[in-house]
Amino acid sequence: MKTAQEHNQSYNYAFLDEPSKREIRRKTLKAVAIPGYQVPFASRELPIARGWGTGGLQLTLSLIGDDDCVKVIDQGSDDSVNAVSIRNLVQETTNVSVTTQTEAATIIQSRHRIPEVPLTPEQVLVLQVPKPEPLRNVESSEKRTRIQHGEKNYNAMWLELYEDIVKWDHALFDADYPVMVHGRYLMAPSPIPRWDTPKLHQSSFLTLLGAGREKKIYAVPPYTDVEPLQFDDYPFQVESFNSKACTRCGSTDVFLEENTDETNGEVHYQCSDTAYCNKVLDEKGGR
Amino acid sequence: MSLVESPLLSIRNFYKKYGDGCLFCTTDSESENPYMDGNRCLECGTVWACRNLNFDLYQGEILGIVGESGSGKSTLVKSLFFNEEPTYGEMYLASYRDGEQNVFDCSHQTKRYLQNHELGMVDQNPYHGLRMDYSSGGNIAEKLIAADYSHVGQMVERAEELLEKVEIPVARMNEPPRKFSGGMQQRVQISKALANRPPLLLLGEITTGLDLSVQARVLDLIRTIQQELKVSMIVISHDLGVIRMLTDRTLVLNQGRIVENGLTDQIMEDPQHAYTQLLVHSLL
Repeated sequence: MKTAQEHNQSYNYAFLDEPSKREIRRKTLKAVAIPGYQVPFASRELPIARGWGTGGLQLTLSLIGDDDCVKVIDQGSDDSVNAVSIRNLVQETTNVSVTTQTEAATIIQSRHRIPEVPLTPEQVLVLQVPKPEPLRNVESSEKRTRIQHGEKNYNAMWLELYEDIVKWDHALFDADYPVMVHGRYLMAPSPIPRWDTPKLHQSSFLTLLGAGREKKIYAVPPYTDVEPLQFDDYPFQVESFNSKACTRCGSTDVFLEENTDETNGEVHYQCSDTAYCNKVLDEKGGR
Repeated sequence: MSLVESPLLSIRNFYKKYGDGCLFCTTDSESENPYMDGNRCLECGTVWACRNLNFDLYQGEILGIVGESGSGKSTLVKSLFFNEEPTYGEMYLASYRDGEQNVFDCSHQTKRYLQNHELGMVDQNPYHGLRMDYSSGGNIAEKLIAADYSHVGQMVERAEELLEKVEIPVARMNEPPRKFSGGMQQRVQISKALANRPPLLLLGEITTGLDLSVQARVLDLIRTIQQELKVSMIVISHDLGVIRMLTDRTLVLNQGRIVENGLTDQIMEDPQHAYTQLLVHSLL
């Protein structure tokens, strides 16, 4: 590990001081050992405000070493202001290489998307989490939700799902669709679209989830069961785009964003994962 | 074939205190303790809500527990439903490990399992037993979900069947209990408690606050259900009329102790304990 002097910087390597990083790593190990369980941690002050990805950032900073290559995405895009700022901060405080290519990255910090390209066992996915408690909408008391997790009592959440189905004939959970992790803990997978939820099931990569404002770390280790809540006669469904294609790269089997052209009111669709879109275009020689 | 029937539920040495307790009030002697004012310790202020309760409940039997306010009835029923932790005591359920494991010693997860699968509870106050903002059908479904149902169609069907049984129009199934009268709310609670056909039903002061005609219908309903389903019940009440109408056997509680225990008819006709005599004679 290089010291701050070697980097000629007035702050520590990866911004956080060593004991803080150690604490976050220890909590991360606990989270990996108990899949889906929310481990409380002492969320540190960072140069960005809580609620803007500080949970994910602290995980990234505590994991990072000189051999790493970091990719940061915000709702699928590498170029949004928040993604760029976080990537710059990581690079300036560590000098690690950064990338926009999913395949090249070792650590992928993401806000609300899992890349379209399947991740590998060598990669770690870090998800930023605004609301780590899946039961919060049905139970406002933290004390009670902890007891409910302890007793594996998720009736309230199932009831919510039942009521939605009886009233609207389908589940109203959308992004952040609640999942059972290895048949034990109910987990909020962060507001990833339903499209991405099945990617967590029996995945070959490690997923870490960090909530900086709510001070919780949790994890889905590789090859863990992640099953969305569903009734036998109303199975979980991902978003359907009715075979719409991306207007840039022509892909159809991806998560699409709907955009409206403000000048003529036309609706068109585009890949949410910009790196994937560019990759497909490059392969077609279209860029 | 064994001629001796084994009980569905056994309670042994059940104690529940509210407060820390002290040397003066933790003695077990049944004789007059000069440091106690009734069931309250004069030294430390601890209230002993239940003291050394022992009883059995058999298959298909309705057991009444009667006593005035503060006699420990509600504490007992809350503990049987695992909503309160007893101070000491043992509880055996025939359906769990052949009735050889004290379920009060089990983990919270096991207790939750038993509560969901083996027990049904009708609370004195429907606001405690129901989710007032969810549909009535949903309230019934909650109990079914807890008992591992996972098919929406089947749950809707079962909820309709139950609401019909308790005479609530199926057309009103999707309305929240908040919109119902007190008697209807109580009937929704009963159908929720019965939803997964638990072998044991706990009924706490279910007729409190209902007018006489509605009371009669609720009691009638419970009798019909008991005859049809042969479910065992514990009925808690301060009202001897309810106890007389519903139960086979009765325990009389006073200041946390069982003061009399016997066939309901016998207790009504020939009360032995002074407190029971007072209760029976104050019956209108």
